[in-house]
Amino acid sequence: MELCDLSAFELAGLIRNREVSAVEALESALKRIEQVDGRSGSLEAGEITPEDEKKVHAFITRTEQIARAEAEVVDRKLAEGVIPGPLAGVPYTAKDIFNVRGTLSTAGSKILSNYEAPYTATPVARMQKAGAVILGKVNLDEFTHGSSSESSAYQPAPRNPWDPSTVPGGSSGGSTAAVAAGMGQLSLGTDTGGSIRQPSAFCGVVGLKPTYGRVSRYGLIAFGSSLDCPGPVARNVRDAAMMLNVIAGPDPSDSTAVTVPVPDYTAELEGGVKGMRIGLSPDFFKIQYFNHESGEMDEEPISAEIKQAVEQAADRLSEMGARIVENVPMPHTKYGIPTYFVISRVEVASNLHRFDGVKYGYRTPLAIEDLDEMYRRTRAEGFGAQPKLRILMGMYVSAAQYSAQYYQRALKVRSLIRGDFERAYDPDGEYRLDALLTPATPTPAFKFGDVYGDTVLMQYADQFTVTANHAGIPGLSMMGGLSKERLPLGIQLLGRDYDEAALLRIGRAFEVATQDAPWRKEKPQVLAGLA
Amino acid sequence: MIEYEAVIGLETHIQLNTTTKIFCGCKADSWGDPPNTNICPVCSGMPGVLPVLNKAVVEKAVLLAKAMNAEVQTDSYFDRKNYFYPDLPKGYQITQNDQPIAIGGFMDLPMEGYTRHVRIHKLHMEEDAGKTKTGYGRRLVDFNRCGVPLIEMVTEPDLRSADEVAAYLIRLRQLLRWLDVSEADMEKGHLRADANVSIRVKGETILNEKTEIKNVNSIESLRSAVEKEIKRQIKEVEAGNTIEAWTLDWDEDTQTLSKMRSKETMADYRYFKDPDLLVVHLDEAWKASILVDFPELPLARRERFISEYELPEYDADILTSERSLSDYFEQANKAYGEDPKRLSNWLMNDVMRLLNELDLEARDLKVTPEYLAEIIKMVDANTVNTSTGKSLLEKVQQSGKSPKEIVEVEGLAQVSDTGAIREIAARIVAENPDNVEKYRSGKDSLIGWFVGQVMRESRGKADPNLAREVLEELLK
Repeated sequence: MELCDLSAFELAGLIRNREVSAVEALESALKRIEQVDGRSGSLEAGEITPEDEKKVHAFITRTEQIARAEAEVVDRKLAEGVIPGPLAGVPYTAKDIFNVRGTLSTAGSKILSNYEAPYTATPVARMQKAGAVILGKVNLDEFTHGSSSESSAYQPAPRNPWDPSTVPGGSSGGSTAAVAAGMGQLSLGTDTGGSIRQPSAFCGVVGLKPTYGRVSRYGLIAFGSSLDCPGPVARNVRDAAMMLNVIAGPDPSDSTAVTVPVPDYTAELEGGVKGMRIGLSPDFFKIQYFNHESGEMDEEPISAEIKQAVEQAADRLSEMGARIVENVPMPHTKYGIPTYFVISRVEVASNLHRFDGVKYGYRTPLAIEDLDEMYRRTRAEGFGAQPKLRILMGMYVSAAQYSAQYYQRALKVRSLIRGDFERAYDPDGEYRLDALLTPATPTPAFKFGDVYGDTVLMQYADQFTVTANHAGIPGLSMMGGLSKERLPLGIQLLGRDYDEAALLRIGRAFEVATQDAPWRKEKPQVLAGLA
Repeated sequence: MIEYEAVIGLETHIQLNTTTKIFCGCKADSWGDPPNTNICPVCSGMPGVLPVLNKAVVEKAVLLAKAMNAEVQTDSYFDRKNYFYPDLPKGYQITQNDQPIAIGGFMDLPMEGYTRHVRIHKLHMEEDAGKTKTGYGRRLVDFNRCGVPLIEMVTEPDLRSADEVAAYLIRLRQLLRWLDVSEADMEKGHLRADANVSIRVKGETILNEKTEIKNVNSIESLRSAVEKEIKRQIKEVEAGNTIEAWTLDWDEDTQTLSKMRSKETMADYRYFKDPDLLVVHLDEAWKASILVDFPELPLARRERFISEYELPEYDADILTSERSLSDYFEQANKAYGEDPKRLSNWLMNDVMRLLNELDLEARDLKVTPEYLAEIIKMVDANTVNTSTGKSLLEKVQQSGKSPKEIVEVEGLAQVSDTGAIREIAARIVAENPDNVEKYRSGKDSLIGWFVGQVMRESRGKADPNLAREVLEELLK
């Protein structure tokens, strides 16, 4: 087994004990990148070749020089007997939505194609302080706007290591593809409507969206400011817990980062699920959506394989002593996407105002008559289709004459969605849940190009994840099986505010319960036949 | 002839004198600094940054709100005001729209012979934008001012003349400095005021179409701008024309108003609560700690100086023009314990001259209120004469020593010994027979010359009244 295939926990232990060096760990990751990643995303990609279609393309920018310097510092410190940070020498990647001083920080957009960050995002700074080694900035949907990573201005877009003809999910698709393929043990992603959990499900890795405010947003290029959560992508639950330990906590640069104490998320990991109450909700076993023709809410069943994976997970957890509570009503789940369409659009339209060609980023090279024309052309040329659609919609629903009808109303629905969870978790209520177990996605990874262009349908890939963002609660997604097409099936655990520890504990119990399952032995396709 | 009255409301922007900006740690005051030197990723709107509220801004806002009798809100929020402009790097201004820090309030403005009750609509906190200018053939932008804390305070249309506008701003400026919330210098933009002006037939209560006067940077200029606009509107109306809702730009050089733009439909700023900032929750404990040293306000103090010390309005106005001066007066008065008017005269004539010369505030004087009282008491007791007393002010200020010590060391005590003065006077009379002759032949005014000679000989120490008496006797 290559060093790059070890877990972060194992690798950090070897490095700390000086059985391997941080530089050796880095070399192993770099070698894997050479083997499987192919060319990095660029604005002038030209034709996508058959060769490209076999590669992962997780990266936009590789930061080998920085990584080498960081790895050497770790080795030097160890040689001097200095106790390094908990992630010392562990290679990781950061979604290219984070500012990392001195690196290109593009958000996957042409409009930031020349933007070199002058400062470092808080979660990245904490990874640095913990001794982690940054391999580079990974691809994503433009400004995180999507669920397949295809909408990046940087092509080729990332592909799913399990089957490169499918998407890795999104928007943190570069992060989850990289972690699944051994290009860094960890990745720093962001989740606004499911952007960590959905691609983690598609790529068969562990993705954690922490409680809103648990991890600082400082330095994360904002999408939906009231929904955005940075969080870990890892290969197993323990690694995700170790990474959350590092990145969580208050931040004087982010007033929405809460001061609630950060526990050691690894401490209770092996505590088991005996006595825990885990809920199942019928509202998470169908997709409900608004039919534009009939004006009614329509329903569609989810993938039978995913449904089965969730049911089996419930059985495993039940066998380990958890109490499974069925038929928990989550009646507002169906409004999650429409509500998200309004709230996130209003916030993003405002958040993207700053990209105006005046002070940084792309500016139209055409001769312009006046300031307004400069704004119009710069933004028309610099933004891709997704940000433009979202800006237009955000402008519309926050306009003075529509705000009450859409935005103010969406905020009320958001409270109702939150209410569903509060009822389910209420310690004096009927359900008294520790967590809700749901599918992470309605389907496994879809084919490249399948839903891109139909933005409404693609958004339903987020229906089971988005309500956690509305409610602010934590959610963890992980692999719960493999489909007939050998694609990961993702299950999700949704928890109480600031109780990531419970989710990690349940997730760890599920790993233990399924450690001998045949699907656990399977590897992503791109790793087959590697030396 | 129809009589018209003006209806004026003021929209003021007050730049707070906090050390740092409202949402980041950059220095707030960039007066005289080169462009773009007090900036950071936060105030220059780099991607991914977040605002963190400077508590000092809230505290100063609460002080002002209290002073304006406004209702401070327990919970207030920041909103985003979205628009594009190069001096606004985020593309939105963080301000308070729906739920501001304080609402309502008033100021009772003392005018000549009446009081004008000026109501306040609301006060809110916000960040300032940067500045753009043209240079080197391009548009240049300076972000230094981005994120400088402002309070926007809007009056109801309660002012009725250009003089009231000026009086209001003078009182507001005095109050802002009194509370130490702003330097309140209009020339430096610390205090900005836009005036909404309309006219109506006196006695009517309707509000007619108004114009807005912008870009005036002194109180006097605003007074004349408003005056000119009132005259213009009356002329238009009398000519049968209607007033249009223009925005008017003041040109300081030509002292004229010109039309900036017609007000079209209101811009839609698509306000919404800024999700990056928490609710500003002013609990009772915080509010109490802000207001614990809340001072007596200038207008109240002015009234008290008139009633308690029986000072003329003029004196009370001057003595309360500035907080440190009025504190100085009260302390000196306590130490002096005699006629407050006599003390007021000393303060307004001599102490204020010293303050102006040295460009100091009263609290910074080495002549403490107690020293001043000591000096006046010595003059009252004829220990020193008046001119020595006045020169003592400067000596104390220079040396920091007590007036008594200076008098002792320098031997400045007034010579009230008739014998000593008689000796000097006799010598002067003996040495100047010509002037003695002239005096005796009727030139009485020469007595002043003789007294002066005695004072010179005694190096100022002689009691001038005594010297005069002795001289008059010798010259008989």
